[in-house]
This record gives sequence, C-alpha cells and structure tokens, in this order.
Amino acid sequence: MRLPCPICGERDHREFYYQGADVMLHRPDPDAGEAAWDDYLYLRANVPGDHHELWSHDAGCGAWLRVSRNTVTHEVTGAELATEVKR
Amino acid sequence: MRFSGLKVLKEGLTGNKGWGPHWRNPEPKAEYDIVLIGGGGHGLATAHYLAKVHGLTNVAVLEKGYLGGGNVGRNTTIVRANYMQPGNSEFYSHSLKLWEGLEEDLNYNVMHSQRGIINLFHSDGQRDAFARRGNMMIGEGDDAILLDNAGVRKELPYLDFDQTRFPVYGGLYHKRGGTARHDAVAWGFARSASDRGVDLIQQCEVTGIDVVNGVVKGVQTTRGPIRAKKVGMVAAGRSSQVAAMAGLTLPIESHILQAFVTEGLKPIIDHVITYGMGHFYISQSDKGGLVFGGDLDMYSSYAARGNLPMAEHVVEAAMTLMPAIGKAKMLRSWGGIMDMSPDGSFIMDRTDIKGLYFNGGWCYGGFKATPGSGNAFAHLLATDNPHPTTVRHRLDRFRTGVGIMDEESTGSQHNLH
Repeated sequence: MRLPCPICGERDHREFYYQGADVMLHRPDPDAGEAAWDDYLYLRANVPGDHHELWSHDAGCGAWLRVSRNTVTHEVTGAELATEVKR
Repeated sequence: MRFSGLKVLKEGLTGNKGWGPHWRNPEPKAEYDIVLIGGGGHGLATAHYLAKVHGLTNVAVLEKGYLGGGNVGRNTTIVRANYMQPGNSEFYSHSLKLWEGLEEDLNYNVMHSQRGIINLFHSDGQRDAFARRGNMMIGEGDDAILLDNAGVRKELPYLDFDQTRFPVYGGLYHKRGGTARHDAVAWGFARSASDRGVDLIQQCEVTGIDVVNGVVKGVQTTRGPIRAKKVGMVAAGRSSQVAAMAGLTLPIESHILQAFVTEGLKPIIDHVITYGMGHFYISQSDKGGLVFGGDLDMYSSYAARGNLPMAEHVVEAAMTLMPAIGKAKMLRSWGGIMDMSPDGSFIMDRTDIKGLYFNGGWCYGGFKATPGSGNAFAHLLATDNPHPTTVRHRLDRFRTGVGIMDEESTGSQHNLH
C-alpha cells in the first residue's frame, strides 16, 4: 500500500502512522458532554468501503494527512493535508 | 452422526459411503424465543450452552454463509489463560476450564492439546513483567512457571540462543495453554446444539433488525422475517454492520491480522512459542504445518488479506529466533477481520434496546474465548444478567471511562492494541 503525500509524493505506507477515522479532526469543546466525547474518541461508523482517515507522515515531512482509502480493496484514492481540510 | 473406532474401520473398508451430516438443516420457523445472529464459534457455543445449561431450545442461529466459515475457521488455534487485568483474568480462566472438559461435554474430538505456551523474554525488565504476569495467573488459580535461560534451553533447544542483539533470558511457561482444532470446535458445538433442538440456519443473512418502541421484535432475513423475543448479535468481525441494522454505533474499528502456514514438516515445535522482542508466535499443527503470525497491520481494513510489510516483519522475527525453519516453504497467508475495541478487551452486554444483546469486540483473542463466550452469553441471554466472569465487559465503559481493561497498557484507542 502506498500513500500519496501532497508534500513528498507517493510513499510506502510504512513511512506513515495510522491514527484512525477522520472524525478525530473535529474535537468537541471540553464541556461538550459525555456523548460528544464518546463519539469523538470511541464510536466509529466502521463501514466497509470508502474511508476517510488520518495518517501522520512520521518518516517523511511529518504532516498529518486525510487519506481516502477503500477498506475492502485497500485502494487509495487521495490524500490531502489535514490543515487544508480543517481550514 | 456418531463416530466409533469400529465405524471408522467399516467405513474405511467400504468407501466411506455411510457418513451422514452432523446437524439438521431446518427451514426457519416464523418465531423463536431467541435468535442469534452469527453461526461462528461463539454463536454456536452460545446455542449449545443455551440448550444444555438453561434448557432453552426454541433458538435459531442465523448464518449468512456456512457454519464456522468466519474467524473460527481462520485463526491460529491458540488456547490460553495468561491474562492479567481483572475481568479478563477470570474470564479466560473460566474459558480454559471449559476447554478442559469440552471434548467430554460435546462428545467430540476437538483435538485440544495442552502442549504448553512459552512466552520468551529478553531483558531484566521484561523478566520482571513476566514474573508479575505469572504471579497474577497463579493468583487466578491458573498455572505459570518462570524459566531461566537453562530452563528454556531444555524445552526449546533449537532456538538461536547465541544471537547477541536480543538474547533469550528465559520464558514464562503456561503448561495448560496449547492449541485446538478450530474447525472441530465449531462442528462440535454445532452438532450438540442441533441435537438438542436448536435450528442452525445457513445461507440466511440478516438484513434488518426490527425494533418497535425500543423493544426488539425480530429480524428480517434473506429467507424471510423471523420474530424473536430476544436477539443476540454475535458476529465479531462484522459487529458494526450488524449493530447498524438496529441503529447502534459501536466503539469498534475493524483491523486486519495476518497468519501464515508452511508446508507439512516432521515434528520440530512441541509448544506454542512467542518471541518477546518482535511480534511473532508459532506452533506446529498436527498435520505438520508451522502456523505463525504477528501483529495487526495497524490500519482499518475489511480486506481478508494484509500487506507485505507485516509479512516481512513476522518472517524476520522468525528467522532471528529460529533460523532452523528458514527453509520451510510458506504455503498460505491470509488475514482475519478483527473487531478492535478501544481497550483491547471484549464487550458482552445488553444494549439500550430491550431484548437486544451484544457480544463482540474480541480483538485478536476470540478463539480461546469460544467456550467461555458461549457460556457467558447464554447466561446473559437466559437470565438478563451478566455472567460473573463478564460483569466488567460493559458496552458503556468507554463513554463513562469506568472499568476500562487495557491489557497491554498502551492506551484506550482502537489502533493501539
């Protein structure tokens, strides 16, 4: 599996650290309550197929990426900088 | 379907034409007291204990494929009770005790072999950690022996003891650990459940769970609707999709775990061995194949196969520890889909929907749990109360933060176990 880092180009997935689903881009307010934090930290749709997820390019530029990948075929269809997604 | 030495001899001489099916193949009825979604090891074990322990036989097991065609037929067959966290410790201890009486209970040869597990350690710190684990196991009433280097040499003379990078300091020896024939476990539970009156319905995919005013009423399937007073979801690997049919979102992310098997070889490895300085474990099947595996690929996946980097890591660790197996030809590798819970421990609980129960999140530890899981889930379904060994395995422990069982002390996050 190779991930297309927008900064470094296509690289072996061993250069990256997998964090999880991109719901983690949307951190709730500290006092948002149990349910919001449960959604953010633990509950996952976990649907087979197209998945948006966060990877850190640890052994490369160090950027956080939002990668689009199919969890059934492992086909990677895109990657963008998490900072761009958040903007 | 029964077996005897005489019958095997007779069938062997007459072309094996007299064997019949192990279980009935019934049409689904319109209504059951209990419907179990998933005809894998845990679902079939649940059916067996519902019938045997609780006398509940108006039960159906719905399986979308064939019985035992999921993870129970795709694992590395290890059975052990060397857990440490309160909750897991008593549960896996309970499960191992059920394993020890399982063949008699089912009157079925599941080839349970208590050949012993040796967890190797390679530093003073790791020795301390394993000594502590061994004490916890003994405290739970199970067995553990701390071997030094000479002790390991006596049991495993073929390891590379001279490697300078990670010398073998010793090992934690769990003699009651071992392996079992995974398919036979599913078949044995299936035969027992079927004989006691449970309907095992294959090629029957659940397509919907009927909930009215917060109460479960039954399921929709590819073979028509089936009403049920209680529904048990026991489809680890696909838990999230099953729960989604009832509108539930679970604290589970699916990951891939690879396993490998070589061609059949003469006996060399008598135990189950784990390597402490790389994720690698190995045993030898009764057919002679070396069965081994390592860590998760560490990204979300529903592909029943992994990627090469983890295969390379596992093989490197194997060659470091036991170069003797280097010439064995690898026949097959595959990946299993794991329900990863955030803390690496399973979930067995009621849900917010009355009559709907959940059993899943087994991470990569489901096979050894099979009898314990079935026994405890049957108890939950029959009595509406958790079995004493699973009182801590609550579904809401992540939301509340109370009672998280982080066996590996890595943190409570899906990708860390």
